Amino acid sequence: MPSIVKVEDLRKTYDNGFEALKGVTLDIEEGEILALLGPNGAGKTTLISTICGIARPTFGRISVGGHDVQSEWRKTRKLIGLVPQEINLEPFEFVQSTLRFSRGLFGKPRNDALVDGVLKDLALYDKRDSRTSELSGGMRRRVLIAKALSHEPRVLFLDEPTAGVDVELRRDMWALVKRLREEGVTIILTTHYIEEAEAIADRIGVINSGELLLVEEKSALMQRLGRKEIRIKLTEPVEAIPDALAEYDLVRSGDGTSLIYAYKATGERTGITRLLTAVQAAGLVLSDIQTRQSSLEDIFVRLVREEVA
Amino acid sequence: MNWYGIAAIWRFEMGRFFRSILQSIVSPVVSTALYFVVFGAAIGSRMPEIESVDYGAFIVPGLIMLTVLQQSVQNAGFGIYFPKFIGTIYEVLSAPISSLEIVIGYVGAAATKSMLIGLIILVTSLFFVDFSIVHPVLMLAFLVLTSVSFSLLGFILGIWARNFEQLNLVPLLVVTPLVFLGGSFYSVSMLPPFWQNVSLLNPVLYLVSGFRWSFFGTADVPVVASLAAIFVFAGLCLGIVWWIFRTGFRLKS
Repeated sequence: MPSIVKVEDLRKTYDNGFEALKGVTLDIEEGEILALLGPNGAGKTTLISTICGIARPTFGRISVGGHDVQSEWRKTRKLIGLVPQEINLEPFEFVQSTLRFSRGLFGKPRNDALVDGVLKDLALYDKRDSRTSELSGGMRRRVLIAKALSHEPRVLFLDEPTAGVDVELRRDMWALVKRLREEGVTIILTTHYIEEAEAIADRIGVINSGELLLVEEKSALMQRLGRKEIRIKLTEPVEAIPDALAEYDLVRSGDGTSLIYAYKATGERTGITRLLTAVQAAGLVLSDIQTRQSSLEDIFVRLVREEVA
Repeated sequence: MNWYGIAAIWRFEMGRFFRSILQSIVSPVVSTALYFVVFGAAIGSRMPEIESVDYGAFIVPGLIMLTVLQQSVQNAGFGIYFPKFIGTIYEVLSAPISSLEIVIGYVGAAATKSMLIGLIILVTSLFFVDFSIVHPVLMLAFLVLTSVSFSLLGFILGIWARNFEQLNLVPLLVVTPLVFLGGSFYSVSMLPPFWQNVSLLNPVLYLVSGFRWSFFGTADVPVVASLAAIFVFAGLCLGIVWWIFRTGFRLKS
């Protein structure tokens, strides 16, 4: 896949001295959904703002569709649609006219059929003659997305699209993102909901304190960093872990009724058979066995923690 | 050039004007009528003619300038300040539209509005006093140049302002006094010599004088000086706007 957005060693220091990005390098492939995951203040919005031309990079290069965002800004910005995190809308404008405004602003001739189509896709068509201030929060967020789509971008940035959005709307949003990808739009979304990245992203980038810690295929990331746990329930609680089992680094549950063993899901030798034999040899009787796969959340917490340590 | 973008901004800003069409038209008409009742009829009847122009007619150009200047600064200032205030400015900043095109859109719309209001006042005043315009084409030229240059000033103000108070304070404390002291309602030749000289430092004097010249053929300062002053002023504002976009002053980080 060719990359549509290339970011090279991007640094951004704000006037007050805050270093928001400390050398980010990132290739975004055409047609993918990339989720940028990171806590608040990690630099996600700054990264998007510099790509879209709202903030100026302190150092580094960014290209979109093969064009430099600084010297060929007209070409790059035409390709980009931006949905900001804050719901910013002119309160007295009508839904349909605000979409027409966006389309014109991006240098496109009026096209009512297209604008109506976008409104229908986002279930806003019935509200096309309403003022934006009369809409509910979820609708207003959809208007923002509709505005960005009204000028037919090839790359869509969604900054925290589901922050403060109810569960149902979040599912709708995910469905929309997937539909857009099928139409060939590249989507970059930032989120601090790991569940969201897990549900829709093709690749996941983890960003913290202005540094991109990693970018990987979601499944590979899950596999590489994913850990599994086996929880062995015993019929009789144990006071301590028997010496014979010391080499397995087991964790005893608080009441002593279970032993927990962690292993890498992708390892060739998981050591499960040996462990179970040893448990039996130690004279313990099993009542149940459960396994659990670590979620992206566990992975994320671990990554951020490792970085701090 | 991104013509669609310019048109989108212009149309959007004009939309604000037409949404409140009643207020946009009624308020200048009412205030003009009041000025004519007070200055034209009540006081004007006791005033001698100024340079053989009836006082009621004499104040017409000044009255138009007063409103055009205030409206230009206010409309252009609000036009760019509001999107900054509510955050919708992100869209303009991320769009494929140059700073020049943004200025043409916002300043063009603000200037259009104040020219419309200026013409409405002109028509209204015809109901109160009799006068004819000696140089109609130059009168329109003065109207356009004044509207554009003071809309530029308003645009700068809108970008500079950090809150509504600052946005309102400059027109109130700077523009309005300059207009009142710029010979809108009197000829500077009526002032003592010292204050005549002080008045020459007031840029608005040149505008009002030139505008009045286009009506009656008489002026406080030579019409060439008026034209020069307006071009210098517009050039200065353009320079500041250029600097704002080059540095991203209060627009981009």
